[in-house]
Amino acid sequence: MTMVPLTYLMALSAAIFAIGVVGFLTRRNILVMFMSIELMLNAVNLAFISLGSRLGSMDGQVIVFFVMTVAAAEAAVGLGIIITIFRNRETVHADDLTLLRW
Amino acid sequence: MNVEFAALALILVFPALGVLFNTFLGPRLGRRAVNVVGPGMMFLSFTVATWAFITIFTLPAGSALYCPLWRWIEAGSFHVELGLRVDALSGVMIMIVTGVGSFIHLYSVGYMAHDEDYARFFTYMNLFALSMLILVLADNLVMMFVGWEGVGLCSYLLIAFWYTNPQFAYNGRKAFIVNRIGDAGFLLGIFTILSALAHHGVWTLNFTEMQAHASLLEGTAATAAGLLLFLGATGKSAQIPLYVWLPDAMVGPTPVSALIHAATMVTAGVYMVARLNFLYMLAPDAMMVVATIGALTAFFAGTVAIVQPDIKRVLAYSTVSQLGYMFLGVGSGAFAAGIFHVMTHAFFKGLLFLCAGSVIHSLEGEQDMNKMGALRKHLPITFWTMLIATLAITAVPGFSGYFSKDLILEGAYESGHFWLWLLGAITAGITGFYMFRLIFMTFFGESRVEPDKLHHIHESPAVMTIPLIVLAVLATVGGWVGLPDGLLWGDAFARFLSPVVGNFKPAVAASPAMLSAVATGLGGLGILLAYVFYLRLPGLPMILAWRLKGLYDLLLEKYRIDELYNLIVTRPLFFISNQILNRGVDQFVIDGAANGAGIAVEAGGEMARRSETGNVQHYAFVYLIGVVAIVSYYVYLVIH
Repeated sequence: MTMVPLTYLMALSAAIFAIGVVGFLTRRNILVMFMSIELMLNAVNLAFISLGSRLGSMDGQVIVFFVMTVAAAEAAVGLGIIITIFRNRETVHADDLTLLRW
Repeated sequence: MNVEFAALALILVFPALGVLFNTFLGPRLGRRAVNVVGPGMMFLSFTVATWAFITIFTLPAGSALYCPLWRWIEAGSFHVELGLRVDALSGVMIMIVTGVGSFIHLYSVGYMAHDEDYARFFTYMNLFALSMLILVLADNLVMMFVGWEGVGLCSYLLIAFWYTNPQFAYNGRKAFIVNRIGDAGFLLGIFTILSALAHHGVWTLNFTEMQAHASLLEGTAATAAGLLLFLGATGKSAQIPLYVWLPDAMVGPTPVSALIHAATMVTAGVYMVARLNFLYMLAPDAMMVVATIGALTAFFAGTVAIVQPDIKRVLAYSTVSQLGYMFLGVGSGAFAAGIFHVMTHAFFKGLLFLCAGSVIHSLEGEQDMNKMGALRKHLPITFWTMLIATLAITAVPGFSGYFSKDLILEGAYESGHFWLWLLGAITAGITGFYMFRLIFMTFFGESRVEPDKLHHIHESPAVMTIPLIVLAVLATVGGWVGLPDGLLWGDAFARFLSPVVGNFKPAVAASPAMLSAVATGLGGLGILLAYVFYLRLPGLPMILAWRLKGLYDLLLEKYRIDELYNLIVTRPLFFISNQILNRGVDQFVIDGAANGAGIAVEAGGEMARRSETGNVQHYAFVYLIGVVAIVSYYVYLVIH
């Protein structure tokens, strides 16, 4: 089995992470921003797994499980909040949610 | 010979207990308890003082009793040991303070019988006596200063006793502030002495030790210290220029006036000068100032007393005038004569005030002599005792004031102050006039009492008349301890005091009999004039007042000294306070700094809050910049 070089994996991870960051900062739809966060989390997961397997350490792979758990919980809570916001304000546009603003 | 005498502390402990009792238990236990404890503590103190006085009397001349207390201040080489000391001088003073003070306390029981605030009154009275006793018993200048301040405080508390009246409260503050000016001088005097002594390595303010090292003070130090301390005395003892508070102090309850004028406070200055006689003997210039101020005060205060309609004001100015005599005496070097007059004055002036209080009490608070008259039959005891006191203050031969005043005038003449003697002798005539004016207007002539008060007039109760009778006896015989030389026991008083204050050394020879005859003759002339003016030709004063309107108004308005002080001191002070210190410093600089700081913070916040857009993505962007910065830093570290 040929090994994918580590550099590729890291580059892919960095690329996905960058897409997540840019998406989070530029899109105004909370749902999309939320998906961007998931992208960033998975980019980090990818980095952990690849480094873990290459270094022969279980730690990286165990941490991924934790990240996935947290991500699942976060998705549940976050989506709940977004639905509640939509019900109350009939919008999921980040610019409209300015209640705590000066 | 110095003897340790621990009971001296009791003289202070009893009034102190009275203060504590009247403060904390008095209002709860009621009037009867206060009436027993207030005067009772004074009488206990009087008993101990008498015991101490008899002890000192039986010891050889020049002895002293002492009672060390504790070390109070310790600062490098300088330390203050508190201690009590009774020698002939302070022995006489504690007898006056506790003796006359006790009877004034007793009298107050009757006088304050209708006042709700009796407990507070006796608290202050006890505190007053306590402060004066601290002043007199102190064996060093610092402790004396404690008492000095204490009497100032108590005078404020008691003058403003009926504090709901704004004018009374104002007069209380006036007394306090005027005294404070003098006290500043006193304090500077202490510092002057200390620095002059410390310059030679002697760190002490103890009287005995100061006297032993008095030669170190010779020169400007003695003059400066003497003048500064005398400034303090002009405040406490109501001399020119700081006498203005005393006539206004009349708004307090009458026993307070008696206590201030007779037993405590105003005699403090005379006592201080006599106590520091060794210092003043080194400073002839300061002595000259003391004598001159004394004679001038005696004369001017006497002239003001001539026209005042208020019975207590006449007595107030007569006190200022008599205090002037005392300073004339001590300023001439006749310290024993000055203290002698303090004693006789305590008797007759205490009596005069208590009699005036009795008159006022029977007329339900009336103080205007134009609304009195013919009270002789209604108030027989008050009349006779007041007449005795008046004869004493007018220096009629045989009564106590005659002996002491004569000694002072003799001292003034024989020390070479001819003009001051003349002023004093003329004042003796003025004294006779205004005192008998008071007697004639109050007790003789036609009744000018308001009709609705006429049938209320009654002699005061026994608790008030007994002190009157006791003091009347003392005002008569009190002077007999200082008879002219060669008569019976001679001047026993001066001999008793001489180990402490030294003997008077005449510079000019004079015949005491001649001097006495002149002063007594002038006094008699004053009485005669008062008789003509107020009994024989009662219309005459009004005609004269009309003819000499300018002079009359000037005297009635007390030479407009209050207005003068108002113009040159009070108003500029208010101007500086308001325009410069308040508007300039306080409102502009201090408020400006405080408000400016507030405004700067507020404006900063206003700007800073604009960064808080409430948009999550903005926050995230800043967060990202931070992350990039931190990561770059570590990357930079790794690369290099």
